[in-house]
Amino acid sequence: MNEILRVEGLSKTFQLSRKQQKIERTERKEIVAVDNLSFTANKGEIFGLLGPNGAGKTTTLRMLATLIVPDKGDAFIDGCSIVSQPEQVRAKIGFLTSELKLEDFFTPNYLFDFFSQLYGIEPEVIAERKTKLFKRFGIDRFAEVKVADLSTGMKQKTSLVVSLVHDPEFVIFDEPTNGLDVLTARTVTDYLQELREQGKTIILSTHIFSLVEKLCDRVGIIIDGQLTHCDTLEGICAGQTLEDRFFDIYKEKKGGME
Amino acid sequence: MKNNTWTIIKKECARFFGDRTMLMTTVIMPGLLIYLIYSFMGNNFMQPKDEEPAIMYVENLPESVHPVLEALPLVMVTENFDAEKLRNELVLKDSKYILLVFPEGFDSLTAQYDPISGHQMAPNVQLLYNSASESSQQAYSMVSAALDAYESTICNRFDINKMEEGAVYDLASNEDVVGNFFSELIPMLLLLMAFSGCMSIAPPSIAGEKERGTIATLLVTPLKRRELALGKVLSLSFFAMLSGLSSFLGMMLSLPKLIHADEMGLDANIYQVSDYVTLLLLIFSTVLILVSVTSIISAKAKSVKAASAVMAPLMLVVMLVGMIPMMSGTKVDSIAYYLIPIYNSVLAMSQVFAHEAHLLPIIITIAANALYTGLGIWVLTKMFNSEKVMFSK
Repeated sequence: MNEILRVEGLSKTFQLSRKQQKIERTERKEIVAVDNLSFTANKGEIFGLLGPNGAGKTTTLRMLATLIVPDKGDAFIDGCSIVSQPEQVRAKIGFLTSELKLEDFFTPNYLFDFFSQLYGIEPEVIAERKTKLFKRFGIDRFAEVKVADLSTGMKQKTSLVVSLVHDPEFVIFDEPTNGLDVLTARTVTDYLQELREQGKTIILSTHIFSLVEKLCDRVGIIIDGQLTHCDTLEGICAGQTLEDRFFDIYKEKKGGME
Repeated sequence: MKNNTWTIIKKECARFFGDRTMLMTTVIMPGLLIYLIYSFMGNNFMQPKDEEPAIMYVENLPESVHPVLEALPLVMVTENFDAEKLRNELVLKDSKYILLVFPEGFDSLTAQYDPISGHQMAPNVQLLYNSASESSQQAYSMVSAALDAYESTICNRFDINKMEEGAVYDLASNEDVVGNFFSELIPMLLLLMAFSGCMSIAPPSIAGEKERGTIATLLVTPLKRRELALGKVLSLSFFAMLSGLSSFLGMMLSLPKLIHADEMGLDANIYQVSDYVTLLLLIFSTVLILVSVTSIISAKAKSVKAASAVMAPLMLVVMLVGMIPMMSGTKVDSIAYYLIPIYNSVLAMSQVFAHEAHLLPIIITIAANALYTGLGIWVLTKMFNSEKVMFSK
């Protein structure tokens, strides 16, 4: 298998403001979100990052998407460093998270063209890709409706489509089915499988066990910013269900359930 | 009921005093800014000028009025002058004198005049001045006040500048009067309009994008942060410019009506195409700075509301800076004043309106504004690159 992602000792610490200290009820002035994380992902696989809330999944993905800079370590996507070549990395990846929103004022049609232009895609390619993706997700009927007037599911589908305007080889999804109704969630998970079949690599963060079991070829379990296990699904589960295995690992790490 | 009211008051107080930004922008900043700006203006722009006192040429000076006029801080000349020549030259804007003409035999005329019967015409004292000249205008005000005071002590037995057909006492030219009026008022209004335009577009475009999460969607594309900053500043400047242009047109069309130019025999069309082009360049360079500043504030703010709250006191600063030419005139003694952002634009615009503009100060103003805008775009680029600024909660 060809390695497309190599993460080397990625670390990120956030300074806590007084307000955050108060919220977190802690005297600590900083919090280690990601601690010396290393793993690889191969071309054409879905790699799942599994962990509880606050484990560091989103921070890891944000670093991979070059939205935030690691304090230590580096990651290479298709040979480009997220630290020294962020613009090249951004051109290669698609990033989707529920935190990324689309301008309410515009239509899916306009936004698709707008983001395509930012990626420097030729107009003919834009038109062809738009027709295909809009049809695939049923957006074609709503192409001229403002995002503000779309349903939550249609908004999420539009976000997904917009994040893939440049047909990236490497796609990062942070909790892709969060807040979606079952039908839209199913559309998204089906599409992730289609992307894998097309040979794309997907990094997926979630805390939904069934989603990992259904989609992921390999899984990294992240707790308190540290990668405790990284293996194929079978390798991690060792005969147990993923949920049971995860709680065992969690207990080991934390020294008992919290 | 009373308890509930008190509960609401306590909650509002907790909200107000618990929000440091609100406290800072509504209570601390206005007072602090006014103190700083007024102190700065007092120290730098409102210093008493070491100019020679204006000259008061007096024709037919009566014995009775001599002590009244002598007490004034003006140089009084009562003989050896050509009144006709002075009258002709008083139309010049830089004339620093007034011409006071008493009727011959003023004292006996006032003694004979009966203000109650109204059968005679009261003796008229002509006080000729140039309202476009600061010095002449000030001398006029002083003498006029002194004569008014004297008149009341002798039971209003004479008139000062009696309104008669064809009588002209203010010898300032139409261009100078209109130009002076415009130069004092319009730059400040333009600045306020431009700033309020920026205030209404920059926060939704930048703080709003942060608040709605749409800026992060842009930041994951290969778009360079510098391109984003430049694109934002230029497009916002264009919108603010449109807003400013609309205000400018409205103002230029309505001001003649506001000052009753027709009734006063004034013509407001005193500017050339080159003046308008210069103004347009000055306004655009000013708008660029204002947009840069409001964009930086918006990028730092966590929400549109927070950005607007910080900008409100700044409006006060802009207004006060816009008022400086009203108080200290349009002349400065150092070219360095044209490097002070915002003030340089107000000054240059005032000079254009007053027909006192020179090429070098205008070039320095526009170049300085372009430089500050470049600096603003650089700061904004850094802010777009800063995860702390872009993603802080």
